[in-house]
Amino acid sequence: MGARSLHGAWRLLLIVALLAAAILLPLGQKNYFIYVMTSWLIFAIAAMGLNLTLGYAGQISLAQASFMAIGAYTTALMTLAGWHWLASLPVGLAFCFVVGLVLGYPALRVKGHFLAFVTLAFNTLVFLVLRNEEWLTGGTYGLSGMPRPEFGSFSTDKQLPFYYFTLGVTVLAALGLWAIVRSPWGRAFKALRENPIRAESLGVDTRRVTLLAFAIGSAYGGLAGALITPLVQFIDPGSFGLAHSLRILLMVVVGGAGYFFGPFIGAAVVILLPEVLRFTEGYYLIIYSALVIVMLVFVPSGLIGIFGRLREKLWPKRQVRADMAEGARLP
Amino acid sequence: MSQFLQVLLSGLATGAVYALVAIGFTLVWQAAQTVNFAQGEFVMLPAFFVLIGMNWLGLSFWISLLFGLVVSVVLLGLVFKKLIVEPILPHGGITLIIATMALGILLKESAKEFYGAEAQPFPALFPGDPINLFGAAVSLRDLLNLAISLGVVVLLTLFLNRTRTGRCMQATAQNPAVAEILGVDVKRMVLYTFLINAALATLASFLITPVYLAKFSNGETLGLIAFIAAIVGGFNQIRGALVGGLLIGVLDNLTATYVTAQYRAALPLVLLIAIILVRPQGLVGTSEGRAV
Repeated sequence: MGARSLHGAWRLLLIVALLAAAILLPLGQKNYFIYVMTSWLIFAIAAMGLNLTLGYAGQISLAQASFMAIGAYTTALMTLAGWHWLASLPVGLAFCFVVGLVLGYPALRVKGHFLAFVTLAFNTLVFLVLRNEEWLTGGTYGLSGMPRPEFGSFSTDKQLPFYYFTLGVTVLAALGLWAIVRSPWGRAFKALRENPIRAESLGVDTRRVTLLAFAIGSAYGGLAGALITPLVQFIDPGSFGLAHSLRILLMVVVGGAGYFFGPFIGAAVVILLPEVLRFTEGYYLIIYSALVIVMLVFVPSGLIGIFGRLREKLWPKRQVRADMAEGARLP
Repeated sequence: MSQFLQVLLSGLATGAVYALVAIGFTLVWQAAQTVNFAQGEFVMLPAFFVLIGMNWLGLSFWISLLFGLVVSVVLLGLVFKKLIVEPILPHGGITLIIATMALGILLKESAKEFYGAEAQPFPALFPGDPINLFGAAVSLRDLLNLAISLGVVVLLTLFLNRTRTGRCMQATAQNPAVAEILGVDVKRMVLYTFLINAALATLASFLITPVYLAKFSNGETLGLIAFIAAIVGGFNQIRGALVGGLLIGVLDNLTATYVTAQYRAALPLVLLIAIILVRPQGLVGTSEGRAV
């Protein structure tokens, strides 16, 4: 017990230190640097949602970018019509939640690769609607000129205040997810991932839990979309294609599916690696995808899994039940 | 009527090529529980190997085709199985799916960076002259594509059903453990499946690239359509994949001509979702056992 709470204290200390770094790091930096950090947070939110669906509940989804699209377009259309960002947010989230419920429905019937295809098809359908319904979405030209939100005297027009605003939202979103994962629901998600039959026989309503995992994960995608709109102030269907869903999926897997902080690491790798590998010019994606394959061969549990493996080697612990431990072994 | 016949025949021709890709996809799924999300890129790439043979190595067109076939079968069959499928499959199906997605990006970007981002012309195997068939102008290429694809499917079916090796492959796909007990070299059979898949993708590449031009992004649509064809037909059947491929090819052409060109790409997707929800085993497939 003592060791456990000590572990918890170290963890809390680490989180506080990271948060302090997130607050202090952008001070005095160039706008571009702050922009990159903001988009890191936003993609981390989207990946957090997918981590709930994939890492905790074990349901693969290739549609996270389409939920970002739904959130982004809802926010864009409403703020352009003069509503405050805060008013458009619940609408976008609710919309994503409902669509996520509907998309989760096939997940009740099919699993694995079938679900991958359904969600993939859904992502492409959303893309087609955004491209073709010009009267609403502006077609291929997209929407532009969305205002950034103001809260009293706190204006987010400048890059740095917008970063802090995004950081605040991210912290709230992470706390929300923490609460979900720690709640009986969260335990039910993991039970579903580890052994659906046993979960059902123990009285877990697997139907409801599957749908919820999808809907909440989708709402997180919507939240990320609602933040992208004021950040970029220009959205078009091309920003929410299948390639982006794939990108978010890889964030979750690279960071470590089923680990709470996996999405932050995964998003950092995906967002920052192009900056680091800039000298390689066009070869960045080649290097990245090759690294992902190598990682999946040797450490399928992601980058956090590497630390976990090292820790196991250095300080062996007793075995933990799979639904109590962090990190998923994907089905 | 003549327009309808024209649309139907060219749809069948494209559909037959889709079917080749879908059949390879199905075979690999059966033999090694591998859902290959890079299948589209497997069709995109062989055309580039041929172009490399012609333009970099200075080989003649037909020799380059052979070169492309050999390189593709080795890389997309043997190397794919040894380096990616074998080490990752024990980690789980979804992990492997994600790895093949990464592989798709890798192949696509490699073609783009190492050969070129622009669409490259690709020599036609047959002349594209239109010929008159019952009043419809049909291109000879379409007819030959259709004939070759169907011919290969028939040969493949004969191979699987009539030869000893083919039957061993089927046994491996149905129940590897029992097949092994009965003396089938399971590993070798699985390898054959990967080689056949690569060869089918290569053939599809050679047939379809003269129409689409060789472009690094060709795989995106091709792969998706092949998945859909495989699922529509039933994921576990060769004839299912054939029916699925032909159906998608024809439906795609009919929608584009008679209904809407804007939402042309949506029809196969809607079909896919409907089939998965209503009849997950596909139109002609048999249902697979599922735990929950």
